[in-house]
Amino acid sequence: MIEVEVLVIGGGPAGLCAAINAAQAGAQVLVLERHELPGGQLVKQTHMFFGSEKQYASVRGVDIAPKLIDKIAKLDKINLETQATALGIYEDGVVTAEIKGVYTHIKPKRIIVATGASEKTLVFPNNDLPGIYGAGAVQTLMNVYGVKPGNNVLMVGAGNIGLIVSYQLAQAGVKIKAIIDAAPKIGGYLVHAAKVQRMGIPILTGYTVKEAVGTDCIQKAVIVKLDENWQPVEGTEIEYEVDVMCIAVGLSPLAELLWQAGCDMKYISELSGFVPVRTKMLETSVKGMYVAGDVCGVEEATSAMVEGYLAGLAAAESLGYKNEIMAEKRQDYIDQLEALRGGHIGKKILSGLKKVTI
Amino acid sequence: MDKQFKLRITKHPILTFNKDKTVKFTFEGKELEGYEGETIAAALHANGIKVLSHSHERKRARGFYCAIGNCGQCNMIVNGMSNVRVCTEMLEDGMIVQTQNDKGRLL
Repeated sequence: MIEVEVLVIGGGPAGLCAAINAAQAGAQVLVLERHELPGGQLVKQTHMFFGSEKQYASVRGVDIAPKLIDKIAKLDKINLETQATALGIYEDGVVTAEIKGVYTHIKPKRIIVATGASEKTLVFPNNDLPGIYGAGAVQTLMNVYGVKPGNNVLMVGAGNIGLIVSYQLAQAGVKIKAIIDAAPKIGGYLVHAAKVQRMGIPILTGYTVKEAVGTDCIQKAVIVKLDENWQPVEGTEIEYEVDVMCIAVGLSPLAELLWQAGCDMKYISELSGFVPVRTKMLETSVKGMYVAGDVCGVEEATSAMVEGYLAGLAAAESLGYKNEIMAEKRQDYIDQLEALRGGHIGKKILSGLKKVTI
Repeated sequence: MDKQFKLRITKHPILTFNKDKTVKFTFEGKELEGYEGETIAAALHANGIKVLSHSHERKRARGFYCAIGNCGQCNMIVNGMSNVRVCTEMLEDGMIVQTQNDKGRLL
């Protein structure tokens, strides 16, 4: 049995920042990251971040991860385990995990769940054909391992992820036949949309996927226009010869551990799925269990980092670690989150948070 | 350029890829090459192999969907072990990779 003060589950932007703050406040921290490489989705994000300097604005995601990992390496109080998957959280507070192939019991005093989110799929005939990938998968293949997903792509989703990944595909020399979105308007920032449109990539709004065609792999994608009631309009089909269809229709929180631990959960569409009821300091209804990042509401890596800092601070404080700058830091994180949620996308997030924050 | 590596990105405006050490592995008995530091799925994909397994009931072709170990679409038999998520499992020299068409066996 490993005994530790703070257990952080997930070594992405939220988890790493939570670990840094809890350790800096004085707590002993263990981080479990299921992959070989910590950093979560930062490791595939080649675009520059928005936000302010504190959240590494104008720095690419791929360059932020090493900064956080460096910080962690300098903190003796953090033990970062990779290839380490949390398996369950039990009533007596014991967490089981597989750490590099070894089944392990952990007894933490506080838990910060920062497990992130997983990609949604879209329902249409033959949506299981190989060659149909989530946008994150395309990013992983292309930006982490240097392998193109294919040569001709239909991008489904004109939100920020769809637009950014289209741009990244073009950078890697892949042709994007079109970007489509069922919504009547482009969902992502116009600055990203303009960038891909300047490259000659058409964006078709009000279209959805009718079907994918192929035997062992996708060979063709058929799209169809939707009317104002979101019904397909016969005769408006367009066919594209593609070997890749990239699905960028959003993420949903990876909250299995929270369900198992018995946290009060609520379905909040603005936060992209079932999320835990939590305090402003990110503590769930299970005492001593905190959350940060996409698992408590899908947003961006910037807000995930700030939430991580906040949860790390709160967990350490609840263990009795106190110092004179804590109150100031806490207020700063709350202010940063408020600023990040200032735009039109932030409005939606804030309305969702209102329903689950107690 | 070698045909089997046509999906490898050779020039990129932002990123560089560490492709120093080549490793050999087999897929369905056929010898293939990949690089140290990449996943089995990435190496297969670079070799043009997108069909990794088949569904249990209807035997429909399966490729990876999420590439981060969530979706469970990429289970293969690696060195005799079933249900290995090849999208997160790292490639090693001499690996024997096989397609999986059923629920797999424990041993």
